Amino acid sequence: MTEHPKNLSRRRTLISLGSLAGATLAGSVLNSPLALAQGKSPIRIGFQVHRTGIGATYGRWFERTTAAAVKMLNDKGGIGGRPIEVVAEDDGTDPKRGPEVVEKLARQHKVDFAYGTLFSHVVIASAPRAGELKIPYFVVSEGYHVASGKMNRYCFQPGITDVRSQVTAMASWIFGKLGKKVTMIFPDYAFGYDHRDYFSQAAEKHGAKVLEKLAIPPAERSFTKYFARVPADTEVLYHVMVGPGVLTFVKEMGEHFGKKRPQIFGFIDSLEGVDMASPGLEYLDGTYFWEAFPRYLQGKEPGYVKDYRQRVGVNDAGASLADPKDVSTFSHMFGCWETLHVIKQAVEKSGYKDPTPGDYRKLIEALEAMKEFPAGIAHPQGAKRFDGRVHQCYGQQNISKVEGGKLKVVHTTKIEDGMYPAEADYTKQPL
Amino acid sequence: MLALHLGVLAALFALQFVLPAYHHTNVARIMVLSAYALGYNILLGYTGLMSLGHAMFFAAGMYGAGLPVYYLGVGAPAAFGIGLASGLALALAFGLMALRTSGPSFLIVSLMFGQALFLASLYFNDVTLGDQGFIVSEKLAPLELAGASLGFHQPAVKYNLALAIFAASLAAALALRLSALGRVLVGIRENEERTRLLGYNSFLYKLGSLAVSGTLAAAAGAGYALLFSYVGSTFASILFSIYPLLWVLLGGVGTILGPLVGTALMFYLVDTVSGVTSAYLLFVGAALIALVLWFPLGILGAVRKRWLPWLP
Amino acid sequence: MSFGPHLFLALLEGTVTAFVLALMALGLSLVFGVMRIVNVAHGEFYMLGAVLAWACADAVGTPVAGFVVAMLVAPLAVGGLALAADRWILRRIDYHPESTIVATIGMLYMLQQAVLMLYGPDARPVAPPVYFVVQFPWFGYSGYKLVVAAASGLLVLATWMLVTRTRLGLYMRAAQQDLEMAQAYGVPARRVYALVFLLGAMLAAAAGVLIVPIEQAHYLMGLDPLLLSFIVVIIGGLGSLRGTLVAAFAVGLSDGIVSVFFSPTLAKIVATLLVAAVLVVRPGGLFGEERA
Repeated sequence: MTEHPKNLSRRRTLISLGSLAGATLAGSVLNSPLALAQGKSPIRIGFQVHRTGIGATYGRWFERTTAAAVKMLNDKGGIGGRPIEVVAEDDGTDPKRGPEVVEKLARQHKVDFAYGTLFSHVVIASAPRAGELKIPYFVVSEGYHVASGKMNRYCFQPGITDVRSQVTAMASWIFGKLGKKVTMIFPDYAFGYDHRDYFSQAAEKHGAKVLEKLAIPPAERSFTKYFARVPADTEVLYHVMVGPGVLTFVKEMGEHFGKKRPQIFGFIDSLEGVDMASPGLEYLDGTYFWEAFPRYLQGKEPGYVKDYRQRVGVNDAGASLADPKDVSTFSHMFGCWETLHVIKQAVEKSGYKDPTPGDYRKLIEALEAMKEFPAGIAHPQGAKRFDGRVHQCYGQQNISKVEGGKLKVVHTTKIEDGMYPAEADYTKQPL
Repeated sequence: MLALHLGVLAALFALQFVLPAYHHTNVARIMVLSAYALGYNILLGYTGLMSLGHAMFFAAGMYGAGLPVYYLGVGAPAAFGIGLASGLALALAFGLMALRTSGPSFLIVSLMFGQALFLASLYFNDVTLGDQGFIVSEKLAPLELAGASLGFHQPAVKYNLALAIFAASLAAALALRLSALGRVLVGIRENEERTRLLGYNSFLYKLGSLAVSGTLAAAAGAGYALLFSYVGSTFASILFSIYPLLWVLLGGVGTILGPLVGTALMFYLVDTVSGVTSAYLLFVGAALIALVLWFPLGILGAVRKRWLPWLP
Repeated sequence: MSFGPHLFLALLEGTVTAFVLALMALGLSLVFGVMRIVNVAHGEFYMLGAVLAWACADAVGTPVAGFVVAMLVAPLAVGGLALAADRWILRRIDYHPESTIVATIGMLYMLQQAVLMLYGPDARPVAPPVYFVVQFPWFGYSGYKLVVAAASGLLVLATWMLVTRTRLGLYMRAAQQDLEMAQAYGVPARRVYALVFLLGAMLAAAAGVLIVPIEQAHYLMGLDPLLLSFIVVIIGGLGSLRGTLVAAFAVGLSDGIVSVFFSPTLAKIVATLLVAAVLVVRPGGLFGEERA
């Protein structure tokens, strides 16, 4: 390696590196809780957020929704009279970084609870660490992993329904109304496998057939080659995609099939954050989407839904009030809102005060005893049932049809449509 | 000089009694990752070969230890051994094929092999669970040592086992450096033609160096899997191959303690910066450029040049 | 889909990939051939081209005008960045091979993360300047993709003419063959180096502008094309332009076919191992001069 004998420039570098280090240290001190002390001690919630990586679009909207919920809750007095303070750390949608973030939140920031993870591969990597550190871990993930019993007793999903439930609820409608020969396209990891496995199970029960299962690596950018493998006798194309390439996916699907397309049923995941009016998406007219929470205002919603939409900052088309081109991840972000409200309920019911094993036990037992969350401003997506044995909530699902570039709800399921027998019981595990 | 290195180990041992909880685990991580950097330094600093695929050895150790535990419930010592053996085998196989090239060609071959292993870990995700990864801690039986049952989740166990791995790697690196073998390696780094002219089979020496380097990296990988539990494809990615290069350059390429210094500094720099911005890799990039332009010797390298010429 | 149409689709995809790959790899190959350095940040120049194309489209408004502006602005801006990097970094380390690799890795992360900070982590679409679907009996195919292939081909041809027919090209080839001799004959080595680095960056940026309406502009999009370009440049022979082009077609078409019929991940593994095999057997690449 060549040496550069200029001492002057080396000193300059040292000075600038030093001032940079100083600035970052100063910044972290300013962010520390010491600077925010006010009145009653706050309830600190550690937010494991996907600020970068393939989940970044969701992370952005999860942060906005969290901020809106916290503001509303704090305006109404906080949790048990204590203000809520959110400490956020970016996990980069990286399963390696996830457990490190959980550790940082628990041991350095000393939060009361950890919350907010979405992508299932990150959850699967992170939850065990939360169990080891014995800190309650509320995920907003949709994956079936919580209810499957493969996580631990500290892990809860009380604010968003899981994939198995969604798929089970959709299946009978799809087979009845669209067709019995289905080809599936899904991401090549846990979340996608949940779709694959439970939809195939449902197909067997209904006498339908899954012709082909196409798994796509999550970071894939070009999809035409997958469409070539869709069998010609497919009646229904079932798609659920995530990641930065979703718009390309949907566009190329349209280019490939053109007018001779089969029936298409997608999960809105394939379009979260994407504007339906994007060029190339015109062919989506007449196709169907699962939505947890309808993106477009249908007109018949109760007042609290409009209030919720206003607070999280979306317009009637589900895009940001500040920038109509910034489309929200509306069918997922409500999970943050509702989870925070469940945390409030659990803290107030259990008398939780401090992050001690005794108080955590009271909190967890209170959560496990919960059975229902009625619809309202705390649960704007709809009423929920909660099964304390599997730490999972259940709710209604919607099927929307694309008409004139907008999504119109054509069917809403009942909570029972998505229920399945519990396969685990966390309450029997020691804490 | 031996006192210095023993002193460093003693200091690390004492540190565990004063560190707050969060930093306790961090230092344990740093020690294991330093073993990885030590292995890398043997190849780069002492033999003069730059590889951009070293993550494949780390991953070989990680999967070599993790998969048997996850699927077969194998105990920790045996798993560690399998991890080491995997790394050694891969290093030998890779060396036999790749050491015919050198310089930029070797670099690119190592990059390609590393990438192929990364892609293989994704392709065979039925077994490896791809970039979702799997957790080892639930299947890992505690270590039975002298009648005591040492669970791997206990902070003291993590720390001291990490220290043990680091100490062993440090000893191996130091021994190599001070031995006749080590001197030949330095000769190869300085001028391979001349060393060959002196009668040394440079290919065999380079292969040996690669074998040691790969085994140390695998030891780090196996240790990381057993101590920190998460095994996934990320550890086989290119970024993870670039990290040891960065750590070694920062700490002092061609010094024994340099990798520890570089790893520790970079770990905390990334940790601090990522509290401020998500774009912490920007600082990684800036650090690399600054190092190459103005600090090619790294911290301990500069120290050695200025004040302590006896530093190995 | 039955085998015939399936193969046809694979060939179409492979052809488009091959042309774009040729354009990308050409820049890398020129830089290595003349300057003997590996520019690991090459993929980021491509990404910058794509992101700037988005910025131009966003600022200008209409797709066609946006595209034309982008085709002018992006290569110039990225080229300027490359010139600065050459002047302030590469020249200072005297183009030393290993130091350059480390420095360009640093550049990779700085560029990538700067884009992350300024542009954000989202993938944003850019409307293509022309949009039509070519309807075959068995499937539809994006007409714009075929336009991209043609445009890439034109740019590659233009570069070929530059290298073989102009004085700059003569200087480049002279510097590549024997730098000291060339300098003795009055070839301005430093300036040639700077211009070659500039040209490489501009080609990458142009490729980015062309591709972005097909994929989307995303701060991580530079890595895959970089790896593919490495594969092409090595198989073709470090320093051989003809080899690069032949290899681009071989790799592009085979990648297209293997991806369509098997798994894309498998295609990449095969390509990667093939590179390593080629290098080990022929350290100079298939067409390159013997240079280990």
